[in-house]
Amino acid sequence: MSNAIEIRDVQKTFGATRVIRDLNLKVAQGERHALIGPNGAGKSTTFNLISGYMVPTSGAILLRDKVISGLPPYQINRRGLSRSFQVTNVFTNMTVWENLRCAVLWATGHRYAFWKNIDRLPEVRERTVQILEDIHLTSRRDVPAGLLTYAEQRALEIGITVAGGADVILLDEPTAGMSNSETERAVSLIRRLTEGRTLLIVEHDMSVVFGLADQISVLVYGHIIASGTPDQIRNDPKVKEAYLGEEAA
Amino acid sequence: MSEITLSAAPPRPSITDNLKFYGLWIAATLVLAVLPKIFFSGTSLSTFSLIGISIIFSLSYNILLGQTGMLSFGHAVYYGLGGFLAIHAINIIGFHKWPVPLPLIPLIGGVAGLVFAMLLGWVSTKRSGTAFAMISLGVAELVASSALILRTFFGGEAGVSANRTKLLRLFGLSFGPQLQIYYLIAAWTLICMIAMYALTRTPLGRMCNAVRDNPERVQFVGYDPHIIRYMAFCFAGFFAGIAGALSAINFEIANSAYLGAVQSGTVLFATYIGGIGFFIGPVVGAIFVTLLSLGLSDLTTVWQLYFGLFFIAVIAFAPGGITGLFMMHRPLIRTGQLGRVLPSYLIALVPTLAMIIGLMLAIETTVHYTVNPDEDPHIKPFGIPFDAASPVTWILSAVLVIGGFLIARRTWTRVGQAWDEASNASREKALAA
Repeated sequence: MSNAIEIRDVQKTFGATRVIRDLNLKVAQGERHALIGPNGAGKSTTFNLISGYMVPTSGAILLRDKVISGLPPYQINRRGLSRSFQVTNVFTNMTVWENLRCAVLWATGHRYAFWKNIDRLPEVRERTVQILEDIHLTSRRDVPAGLLTYAEQRALEIGITVAGGADVILLDEPTAGMSNSETERAVSLIRRLTEGRTLLIVEHDMSVVFGLADQISVLVYGHIIASGTPDQIRNDPKVKEAYLGEEAA
Repeated sequence: MSEITLSAAPPRPSITDNLKFYGLWIAATLVLAVLPKIFFSGTSLSTFSLIGISIIFSLSYNILLGQTGMLSFGHAVYYGLGGFLAIHAINIIGFHKWPVPLPLIPLIGGVAGLVFAMLLGWVSTKRSGTAFAMISLGVAELVASSALILRTFFGGEAGVSANRTKLLRLFGLSFGPQLQIYYLIAAWTLICMIAMYALTRTPLGRMCNAVRDNPERVQFVGYDPHIIRYMAFCFAGFFAGIAGALSAINFEIANSAYLGAVQSGTVLFATYIGGIGFFIGPVVGAIFVTLLSLGLSDLTTVWQLYFGLFFIAVIAFAPGGITGLFMMHRPLIRTGQLGRVLPSYLIALVPTLAMIIGLMLAIETTVHYTVNPDEDPHIKPFGIPFDAASPVTWILSAVLVIGGFLIARRTWTRVGQAWDEASNASREKALAA
């Protein structure tokens, strides 16, 4: 099976601090892969490196066997990789509808068009409706994103991420700060929306991780210490010691 | 599927919506057409002409500030260059007797604004926020100072003048009389307003809003925010160029004041006072500021000071501008709750006005003593005579300012309370409906 994402010997330093050390990671096409690790292990930095928000100090990142490290975020997005943010990062003054529509515009090929009426683009309309229904925000269509509840904003965040039709999705702590019932709903949403796509997810909630992921990688101090199926990870002594042990104690 | 699709998508505009929308534009056209029949004096015609130019200029500025979130301190550069190119074009076309009529000259100004925006905008639009504002200021200084150095093109202090009547005549129109110039400006104002409104409803226009709200996220939905800002900048330059050309046609002259900091400041001022959050905002601001500057300058020598104070008051208390204030009250009007706030407004108005009058007394008295202390102290600003030398004036002004403020503060709290009550009631009514 070919790899959707491959990270090869990536280092990232900020000044004298090495945040990412010899990072190697492979995410197979169609896989749901979770990246876990204690706070400050470099999970969000890893996402920032993959999505082009940061450039690796050395090493290479490949998307479907093509090097993407060094490209700006929008180039990487156009190649079919989309990410969400840990801290909700939407267009706050625009309505839910407009938020989602912005996210489908590039993928539907309208780019920087200034000669088309945006309300008369049927395919944009259809795709926006589809996503709006998928994330169950139809009743909140005309509400400015800044006025949504936290859980709704998180759903919108995921909606924007998948709206462009990217087939590699990166979700950064999608259920952080949610209640149990909200988390359950978010997980089923993620499961549905990433059907047939590749998912790399950073998550702290272990029930989410073990319930959702096919593969898990454990990141500690910027280095992957273990990678495998949920069962393998659960029984890995190194992982128990470095990470899960803390929670069990 | 299709039925769900229909209910989930925003409803397509109904026939009444369409009638309202096109009716508005038709009404605007009619108003522009009959305005000179009602106000036919030369002064009114030139005032209307100035307002039209200012509307185009302010709307073009709002493509940057309101739509894309870019604060420019040098938008007059494109206005001015459009004006200069238009003047030179009139002279050259008139000299060679090329078959180009005057109504097409604004297009030359627009293209000039566009070309210079394309040249000067690429670097400055790489960043938004402070970096963009600083670069715009630098470019403005650069162009304004070259206006005084490159004398052959900019004509130095005197500027460059032209005779607009020397061009090819269409339908026997000489464009000598102000009435014909008014209609020329009105037509271009209408065209530019429609074009700029249409621009807000295109993919580019909506992505401009996205860049304004969150340039970071825009990158992760496939767009390069730099390109979006650059394109917005070019459009703003184009329409500013048209406004500048119309101004050059109106005055038959272009000089360095066209490009200067004052011009850049005024457009920021008008746009912001009108309200940057709504398309109509800059239109309201342009009308208001043009009328105010023409009116105030007749009444007092320090009208710019009042302008500044007014600007500060708008930024501090009504960041949505005049349009924002109106729009705030729309839900109250719709639910019939306006009556709840109006009495508190009227009560607050009395001490607030007293305070403002006291402040104006203080300002005019101070101005008298600092600017012309040797003249007669019986001054007459705003047509109201009073004695700047009399202690009664000073005491009265102090009492009005301090007393007015102390009482007004309480009434402002009342306004706040009344506002909360009214908007709560209005929200409940809206939910119940």
